[in-house]
Amino acid sequence: MSALRKDDELRADCAAASACDASRVSENAELSGMTQASETSRSLDGVHATDACAASEPHHEIHRDGHAHHRHTHACDSHHAGGHHLLQVEDLSVSFSMYDDAPGSGFLSWISAPQHTVEVIHGLNIGVHAGEIVAIVGASGSGKTLLADAILGISPENALVTGRIWFDGVEQDAQGLANLRGSDIAFVPQSVESLDPLMKVGRQVELFARGASPDQARARRKAVFARYGLDDAAAELYPFELSGGMARRVLLACALVNEPRLIIADEPTPGLDLELAVRAMGDFRAFADAGGGVLLITHDIELVLRVADRIAVFEGGTVVEETAVANFASPELLRHPFSRALWAALPEHGFAGGEVCEQEGAGDA
Amino acid sequence: MLEAHDLEFSYGAAPIIAGFDIGIAPGERVAVSAPSGRGKTTLCQLLAGYLRPQCGSVTLDGAPLPTGGPAPVQMIWQHPERMLDPLLTMEKSLAECPCDAETLGELREAIGVRDAWLTRRPRELSGGELQRVCIVRALACNPRYLICDEISTMLDALTQADIWARLMAWSDERGAGMAVVSHSPALTARVATRTVEL
Repeated sequence: MSALRKDDELRADCAAASACDASRVSENAELSGMTQASETSRSLDGVHATDACAASEPHHEIHRDGHAHHRHTHACDSHHAGGHHLLQVEDLSVSFSMYDDAPGSGFLSWISAPQHTVEVIHGLNIGVHAGEIVAIVGASGSGKTLLADAILGISPENALVTGRIWFDGVEQDAQGLANLRGSDIAFVPQSVESLDPLMKVGRQVELFARGASPDQARARRKAVFARYGLDDAAAELYPFELSGGMARRVLLACALVNEPRLIIADEPTPGLDLELAVRAMGDFRAFADAGGGVLLITHDIELVLRVADRIAVFEGGTVVEETAVANFASPELLRHPFSRALWAALPEHGFAGGEVCEQEGAGDA
Repeated sequence: MLEAHDLEFSYGAAPIIAGFDIGIAPGERVAVSAPSGRGKTTLCQLLAGYLRPQCGSVTLDGAPLPTGGPAPVQMIWQHPERMLDPLLTMEKSLAECPCDAETLGELREAIGVRDAWLTRRPRELSGGELQRVCIVRALACNPRYLICDEISTMLDALTQADIWARLMAWSDERGAGMAVVSHSPALTARVATRTVEL
């Protein structure tokens, strides 16, 4: 598909499309970046690029209002509901205060042990529009889960979180995030241990059905379970009786019956066979197409390419490249060496391994 | 040769594995694929001797799996975060290995376990880092067969490729057989010598 266009033209597009880093892009440069990004995804015939761009809201008009929250590209059919992003995270940093190793042997020595601060996420910007799936891919151990925790306001107690988070145009504080999670923002956690071990899974899912009577909740739960091949017998099981894949499906069901506006999914697919994983992705797509937003944190690039609109490549605690999904078709369209290394490491491509260095940054592809 | 013959297993009434046969020759890497919830992990546990089949047998070179001593069939699990004692540092977890310090050092090098991790506990490491530690623990038993139950689904593409390159090099060098459970056809195509359906 890319053969139709001149190589250098494509590269220019891609460079503009991936307004990735924290560098301050000037208003004009960014506006042209956005237009070109739409063109890129159209011309490259991305996973679900449509020609509806012209019909969607004129993004550049909205972006003229001068708020600093637009260092990003757009999926061509996403929109700013109400004139703002569904979720916007700006300049997020998460750091931990840790005791130095080996404080000595005495009983009181640990009290006076020197502390140092480890910054796990720094200067991170990311936005999710209504109608859009944004995928975050990157190395394990690079802080992707901490990002989800920060947005949900459930960071570990010893974490220091700074930055600004808007939801639906309103800047949120800790209390605001606490009110949003479990209502407007649903979370699909990474660990299957997140289920209550003492409650039957059907009942757990029904508890998440917001604003529904018990009968409605059961009907909703049944509908979602049926979609994922879980029958009424499965609803009567306790978490320890489930296989890894079944537990995953229950976690997905918890988010989907909740009818939220934003789903944050942290590794929702390990343990699911391809068919179920694709179905889960399809449900996220349908949810986004109905006006919701999805922030999908995953390692499974292959799966992401099927449904996502944009991909943010996460490395060393920040987003190093944000790009239209179509650019993952070929390594030449990716700007950052780490993105190219990820591409080359896929089993479908080179399967070229490399140890990921969290501190030193990635080597060249 | 690691063989399972006419294997049957059920949790309660519903049989999850019924009449299953598999044979893994030394140096062979066999991919096992099935939809989720169909007993892949159960099969792994049967092959590694963690579970006893209700019918049929699992044999190693024609004899039942030995009990006692470092097991010649080792299993690496899907959830490394559950497999290590949360209270032990990596150094202590690795000290449990039935091998001398020199071998352990070589294995750590081969699998990419860094010194910096040794003073940490499981919750201070990422999934990929923990999985490497688990792999070293399994390989330290000098197994002849390795059962890998979706060991890389939680890892990023780079780490996944790196771990598999190291494991394949290890298995080629030792002539060790492997059972590889994975949902990714692209991965099994890279790693396995043949595929069986459960």
